[in-house]
Amino acid sequence: MKVLTIIINWINAAVISGTPLLLATSGEILTEKSGNLNLGVEGQMYMGAIAGLAGAWFTEKWFGVGGIIPLIAAVIFAFLMGCVSGLIYAVLTVTLRANQNVTGLTLAIFGTGFARFFGEVLSNKAGGFVAVGRETKEVFYIIDFGKLSEIPVIGTLFFRYNWLVYFALIIAIILGWFLNRTRKGLSLRAVGENPGTADSAGINVTRYKYAATTIGGGLCGLGGMCMSMVSQKGVWQPNCVSGYGWLAIALVIFATWSPLRAIYSSIIFGGLTVMYMRIPIPGLPREIYMMLPYIATIIVLVLTSIRQSKEHAQPASTGYNYYREER
Amino acid sequence: MTEQKYNDVAALKEQPNVPCPPAKDLHPLMKEPLVRMTKRGVVTTKHKAVVYVVGFFLALLVGALMLLAVGKNPLIAYRDMAVGSFGTAIASAETVRIAVPLLIASVAVGFAFKMKFWNIGAEGQILAGAVACSYIVIHSINNGNYIPKLPLHLIMVIFAMIGGAWFGFIPAFFKTQWGTNETLYTLMLNYIAIQYIVYLQSLRTWQDPRSSYPKIVDFSTFTEGKVELPRLFGVHVGWIFALIIAIIAYFYLTKTKHGFEISVVGDSMNTARYAGMNTRWIQIRTLLISGALCGFVGYLQVAGANHTLTETAAGGVGFTAITVAWLAKLNPFVMIPISIFIAMLQKGSLFIQSTMRIPASVADLLTGLILFFMLGCEFFIEYKLIFRRKRNVSRLEQKEVTV
Repeated sequence: MKVLTIIINWINAAVISGTPLLLATSGEILTEKSGNLNLGVEGQMYMGAIAGLAGAWFTEKWFGVGGIIPLIAAVIFAFLMGCVSGLIYAVLTVTLRANQNVTGLTLAIFGTGFARFFGEVLSNKAGGFVAVGRETKEVFYIIDFGKLSEIPVIGTLFFRYNWLVYFALIIAIILGWFLNRTRKGLSLRAVGENPGTADSAGINVTRYKYAATTIGGGLCGLGGMCMSMVSQKGVWQPNCVSGYGWLAIALVIFATWSPLRAIYSSIIFGGLTVMYMRIPIPGLPREIYMMLPYIATIIVLVLTSIRQSKEHAQPASTGYNYYREER
Repeated sequence: MTEQKYNDVAALKEQPNVPCPPAKDLHPLMKEPLVRMTKRGVVTTKHKAVVYVVGFFLALLVGALMLLAVGKNPLIAYRDMAVGSFGTAIASAETVRIAVPLLIASVAVGFAFKMKFWNIGAEGQILAGAVACSYIVIHSINNGNYIPKLPLHLIMVIFAMIGGAWFGFIPAFFKTQWGTNETLYTLMLNYIAIQYIVYLQSLRTWQDPRSSYPKIVDFSTFTEGKVELPRLFGVHVGWIFALIIAIIAYFYLTKTKHGFEISVVGDSMNTARYAGMNTRWIQIRTLLISGALCGFVGYLQVAGANHTLTETAAGGVGFTAITVAWLAKLNPFVMIPISIFIAMLQKGSLFIQSTMRIPASVADLLTGLILFFMLGCEFFIEYKLIFRRKRNVSRLEQKEVTV
């Protein structure tokens, strides 16, 4: 019975820590479906993290309210900041035809610097460190489902999460539906697979690339907000994203570009990142144990590259810019 | 007046009627786009220089706006950054000390980037080198400090380079064998290396017995200074090695068969294969060199800069090196001034952190901005924009109107 409780609690923790991963992975899937390989997710998450926190903090300060209004501000600011970061990437790669890899890496460096810079400025302003009020923190706590959450096993597995968990799930499902069941989704996939053909069919390649990259960036920004508001409980930490952005890019490969498969993939990886706290392995030093998610990522990368399947491959034009005159 | 825009004859010859196509050529339903672009025939050096300078100042301008947004005077901030990095001899020495690992790491990632092998694991390779050479030092310390100074350094260099090369080899092997994504692979190795050093800090044989928190012993005191590299002009001699490496790398890339192979593999893998090159070995070999150079950086950080091993020994150098390499267009010579410039930003940002309370992360912010603008510059060098002009107005009439 004790083992079962540990495992169930571990799954619960896995879902919670997998949520920012799921949001960022969904965003990156949307971006890559348009043929843009954006390596800047880490930077985008950082930008979303600081924008969300700053949004909530300033709303609290200026309007003197806590709770739901700062929460809405955090969501809007994080999403918009993520959109801006996606837009920077789109302008550089789509319009100005810059190399996608380098642009993405620059975005990662820039975003990290941006967030740390404004995070520290904000901390100085707040007199030491930035933290949102108790009321705002509480709206990011686990939702009270009353009797539902007290059901053994099922209660813990399904009804003991914060709202972002359900939100991220809905986003992933909507994205899966959008990509596979709508006309626009089909067009977007066409753009990612073969922009030349899509262009001939009358699809506005530039518009699709811009839209997907911008909204994808916005989702990454929300993932970042999840890190700063939920994982760090509304306190600014200069290292709050700590590699989750890179894990998200790896998860896109693990989930084989499907938002629905991203759901369980992110739970698995969320589980790996918290495993050292939940399931101690005797004789294994904690510091070595903490390498687990990174080692698992490498194993996933190697395995997926060994058994490459045509059906679950990345969109064919990913990583290459589209030059209309070179069709 | 309009002709002055086309200062090179070749472009004029190629496109005699460029400025505005006669309206009758267009289908009545077709609207001429507001802006369209064409490739430039010949790109002059002057034009290139102008675009880069404008891009650079725009980047500084955006940075200035961000500083203004947080209520700081950007002009004073920029001036203080320059003063703080090269104002005094000590500051200059410190700036060069930051530039040394940056330059070597840029050369190293430049090798890989030239092959379009996206090695972003310089950080991990540096740490692997640092761990490997620290192992020798720890071994020596735990056995009565028996290795004399010169052999100790030689073995340290060899170990560091093997350590770094090993971390370069693993992703290269998987990339060439199965096409495993090298970007993420090298990146994950960064985290593994950092985590491994954290583990070493808690190991009894590595730990500093006098410290209250997990920390690796100070090599300098425990080896009676044997680990320390000598100094020249106030900076450890690593800077001489860095310059030599940059020069050799330039000739390696431009004048040797290996260098040629690297550029062919980077431009077109198929061409390389068709020419009978062993692309697999070329990639692995280059990554071995790239990793070994990063490992050497690790040695310099341990023996020259820190005299101990910390998980921040690489301190973001691996990432900044990517920026330097790309800004220099992968040319090792150009990397010398650029790495000094980026080091100046970093040192200067530390200075304004203490004088103006501006966070030191402003260095990363500015580095990112400059690279963004430089990436954008490429477009304006290669293409020119042509704006739509009023229809039915001939050039002559337009002139009259403006007059």
